[in-house]
Amino acid sequence: MTRRNISEIELQIMWNRLLSVVEEQAQTLVRTAFSTSAREAGDISAGVFDLQGRMLAQAVTGTPGHINTMANSVGHFLEVFPVVQMKEGDIYVTNDPWKGTGHLYDLVVVTPAFMDGRIVALFACTSHLVDMGGIGQTPEGRQIWHEGLFIPLMRLARAGEMNEDLLNIMRANVREPVQVIGDVYALIACNDIGARRLLAMMREFALSDLDHLGGEIIDRSRRAMTEAIQKLPKGSWTSEMRVDGYEAPIDIVGRVTIGEDTIYVDFTGTSGMSSYAINCPICYTEAYTSFGVNCVVAPHVPNNAGSLAAVKVTAPPGTVLSAEYPAAVYARSTMGHLLPDVVYGCLDQAIPGRVPAEGTSNLWSLKLIAGHGLTGIGGKSGMPFMTMSFHSGGAGARPNQDGLSATPFPSGVRNVPVEATEAITPLVVWRKELRPDSGGAGRQRGGLGQIMEVGSREDAAFGLFASFERVKFPARGRHGGGPGATGSVRLASGKELGSKGLQVVPAGERIVVSMPGGGGMGPPEERDPAAIARDIRLSYISQDEAEKAYGVLATRAAE
Amino acid sequence: MLRPTRLAVDIGGTFTDLVLSLPDRTLSKKLLTTHDRPDKAVIEGTRAILAEAGISAAQLDLVIHGTTLATNALIERKGARTALLTTKGFRDSLEMAYEHRFEQYDLYMERPAPLVSRDLRLEVAERMAADGSVLLPLDEAGLQPVIDTLRAEKIEALAISFLHSYIAPAHEERARAILAAALPDLAIAMSHEVCREIREYERTSTTVANAYVLPLMSKYLEDMRAGLADLGATCPLLLMMSSGGICTIETARRFPVRLVESGPAGGVILARRVASRGGYDRALSFDMGGTTAKITLIDDYTPQQSRHFEVARAYRFAKGSGIPVRIPVIDMVEIGAGGGSIARVDSLRRIVVGPDSAGSEPGPACYGRGGENATVTDADVALGRIDPIGFAGGSIILDPAKATAAIGKSIDLGLNEQEAARGISEIVDETMASAARVHAVENGKDTSGRTLIAFGGAAPLHAARLAAKLGISRIVIPPDAGVGSAHGFLDAPIAYEVVRTLLVRLTDLEKTPIDAIFADMRTEAEAVVRLGAPTGELLETRTAYMRYRGQGHEIAVPFPTGKSDPATLRAAFDSAYAALFGRVIPRLEIEAVTWTLALSLPIPRPEASIRPPDAGPAEPTGERILVEAATGERVAAKVYTRASLPPGATLSGPAAIVEEGTTTIVPTGLTARVGADREIILEGNAP
Repeated sequence: MTRRNISEIELQIMWNRLLSVVEEQAQTLVRTAFSTSAREAGDISAGVFDLQGRMLAQAVTGTPGHINTMANSVGHFLEVFPVVQMKEGDIYVTNDPWKGTGHLYDLVVVTPAFMDGRIVALFACTSHLVDMGGIGQTPEGRQIWHEGLFIPLMRLARAGEMNEDLLNIMRANVREPVQVIGDVYALIACNDIGARRLLAMMREFALSDLDHLGGEIIDRSRRAMTEAIQKLPKGSWTSEMRVDGYEAPIDIVGRVTIGEDTIYVDFTGTSGMSSYAINCPICYTEAYTSFGVNCVVAPHVPNNAGSLAAVKVTAPPGTVLSAEYPAAVYARSTMGHLLPDVVYGCLDQAIPGRVPAEGTSNLWSLKLIAGHGLTGIGGKSGMPFMTMSFHSGGAGARPNQDGLSATPFPSGVRNVPVEATEAITPLVVWRKELRPDSGGAGRQRGGLGQIMEVGSREDAAFGLFASFERVKFPARGRHGGGPGATGSVRLASGKELGSKGLQVVPAGERIVVSMPGGGGMGPPEERDPAAIARDIRLSYISQDEAEKAYGVLATRAAE
Repeated sequence: MLRPTRLAVDIGGTFTDLVLSLPDRTLSKKLLTTHDRPDKAVIEGTRAILAEAGISAAQLDLVIHGTTLATNALIERKGARTALLTTKGFRDSLEMAYEHRFEQYDLYMERPAPLVSRDLRLEVAERMAADGSVLLPLDEAGLQPVIDTLRAEKIEALAISFLHSYIAPAHEERARAILAAALPDLAIAMSHEVCREIREYERTSTTVANAYVLPLMSKYLEDMRAGLADLGATCPLLLMMSSGGICTIETARRFPVRLVESGPAGGVILARRVASRGGYDRALSFDMGGTTAKITLIDDYTPQQSRHFEVARAYRFAKGSGIPVRIPVIDMVEIGAGGGSIARVDSLRRIVVGPDSAGSEPGPACYGRGGENATVTDADVALGRIDPIGFAGGSIILDPAKATAAIGKSIDLGLNEQEAARGISEIVDETMASAARVHAVENGKDTSGRTLIAFGGAAPLHAARLAAKLGISRIVIPPDAGVGSAHGFLDAPIAYEVVRTLLVRLTDLEKTPIDAIFADMRTEAEAVVRLGAPTGELLETRTAYMRYRGQGHEIAVPFPTGKSDPATLRAAFDSAYAALFGRVIPRLEIEAVTWTLALSLPIPRPEASIRPPDAGPAEPTGERILVEAATGERVAAKVYTRASLPPGATLSGPAAIVEEGTTTIVPTGLTARVGADREIILEGNAP
């Protein structure tokens, strides 16, 4: 029972406050986390749920991969651990890819919040850990068991007592036990902060439960989505995109149906699962698909059970976008990040002029390693290290703007400074610069990729765990815009390397990673000659390439 | 010794404020800023205020100056024609920035264009390693084409930023020497001098910003000095920095980027003075003007410091949408919430306020200058907080009907106009409270139980309600709060901070020359500080920026001078980490990345004021209807004139205390009394 009637203004204030609570919760996690993806990329999530498991608020963090996944995972917990059985001081945990957030590296922690001895809400958070054992951060795993320790839905603490057995098993199975356990405590602390702030708010507003507030948040968000969807034309549109895949090219086929108050996205026709770890559990497919939709349809509506219900995503089980146990799924982002491009292929037909051209989309993060058995035997493998830095190719051109160069989309990661990487490894980055001529031609040009050239100061080999896309099939333009340049991975001495799995760089050699460009928008003939002239002056495009792409316009621009 | 005669001058976007501190009294003056020649208003104002005081310029002992000129040049892109020289292969670092989209859901976002375009970002072959060794010598012959380009392009300022120069500056030094010999008029900023810190993008960005404003600031400061000399002043001119310290004109001309945000820093220094006088050891400085509000934590009479700041945030004040500069700054959260902030209803039918502002033209709807948007000021008028007749000393007559009409139109939620106005006010207060709370959490602190020190035109109208939302039950409003920053300048110490990066694990600390590095830093800092303070003991503060090995963010760990042993640093790290995050992680290795040394004259701690004897209840000058923010009730509030309230006067809410620049709202349940410095102290809890 909620107290007296809540006025409209109080309700709005409490909603704001709830969003601020989850923001504080997320900040706590980012600042205490150890893994690169958590702290530099904000690859974490934090949210508050009502006792039915409905998400009321979620922090806006760096990567959209947790958008629906975490929201649904709390429901899975409640099936195993009903609310009535929860005790103060209980904490629950899982990294089940199908019930959590899509791969074993993400640990989901759920904590019930109690006020005066009564459970009032659930806090959930998730973070990409430093390690989870298994084959490591490469897409070469072929079954889920290759990929590390699998923790089914279980208790992490019972009435305030930590589950030391679980922690010991984790310590024994991961490469950096102290950091991994440090991350587990960071997750616990993050939920605690959230709970503390929520209780303070409930006391200030004399709330005894979240029923009324939660109901209003969900209803209003759902209504806002309905209003946004009603402005769109009704119908179904299909689009397909062929991408590199691992052992064979993959076709992603999407069909967007705009209904009265719901948008349906179905991936029937998409290729089957891969033998390798680029498969997506459906929860991850849902996350990136609905993110893509929301950016266009309702970018300002916060994520909660109400707004998420307006987009329904399906894919036939057994496809690469709805992988089934025991498929390997570690590198699920390789496919997941490409999904907004397919959604936009559909929406571009429904609402032209609102969506970007295809971009690199897939991250070109450098996971560089050295160690016994991977880059040599014993001491000959050099000083062992494992470092990860996020980098990006070009994004697709927008209807009225050029694409962003060396910028991720849909992921929201940020890079790691070269100086920071070099300070803790023997690596030397010899260049990191924009890649001229890589942006797809068009009225609006695709974003430029970049080139990184990396060597080692040691007389030893090092390796790259690659999981790159757009090497064989480029990001395509729209409405007559040209494709972005494809990417490549090779040795400085010339030899082409593969774009998936472990690539070894022999002692004394350097690796050259050329990241793809984004697709262009509109016919190149319509490009403003002043923009072509500027691109030539800034060497975003060479004179030769400009003449090839823009013909007489480029000649005119040169004059 | 007599108190010296000092003049403080603050040039802001709209007004130029002067405060003259005489041995026996203080005068202040406000003029419109003269944007084309900012020194004009300064000289004019100085002449006027000296005349009013009846003294000559020669009698001034010191002039302290703060200016937004550097900030404005960065925001408006009106700096020098600037080029950048980098290590070959890295000219695009400035453009790629963090390779990040700061706005997750906006498909159409743009990053700010770099201050130097790609054709003016030049390269030379050279390479240092992370341990300071040379991987590739500097290609001196390769500097000739650079010289040709700089000459051909008529470049006025150059930033040099080579990889790992924070540990190995030799190549930057050598390149500068060669270029300076060829181009003697070129202003050159080297990254290891401007920001001797690891992380190439931020160091380069800071160095470029410094070079970009250098010629402009150099000329301006020279003009200022000449202008004051023409008036007959013979005293030193010192400059306010964003750190809250002051420096000499020589330092300011070399490192003008350290002057950004100096005005708001002055406001915080004033708040520090108020905290010291009142004995408020846990305070929160709250400065709310026309477009933004700024909030700073002050613990033990020391404002929170930071080394990270962003100038010219171009996208709704979003983090990441500005130009990062790594300089010592007073740590402020800036929120797009001020009197001019525009209120509207979003697609979820929620009231949203700011960050866009109606500015002063056309301004809020109640100004009657054609503004149609409902603003925070319109809500304040509709709620009875602002007297339409007495606003801004009577210079504008406000139109309450226009305010309510705009509110009714903008906030179409089916609420009556009064309730809609209260919604605007509550949302803007909530927005500020949320920002303050998140900021406190990020620093392992809490807002509740603090003393709120409120100044700026809009702050006294909103302070009581903001305080309630932050669990604060004491609010202090200093007198003459409209020129708060300039008042603060008078209290700022001569100070300078230097930084070095040396990545070292605690277990290896004893093998490193850390004491020699600090000795070197002390020499560098002392050379700067002694320019302004030739004698006297100096206060040194050492801070290590440390983390657990494997983490990516460091925390600031102050530690005692002369005690840089592993045990001391470990203990200092543990306590700082626990204060921030509530726990330490046993068995994890600890490392230090960056080290700072701050040197200043001892900061004058004003003695605590003595509570004036009770002067009894104050006499109201009128009455008006006020809407209580917390409840929406209409109450009859007594109106008081601040100028006529003597120290020791008391009154209780509901009340409005009116002065020329603003009005202090005292809600029901709170009492107000006037302190020894004529500050208003509100205490108690609203029901």
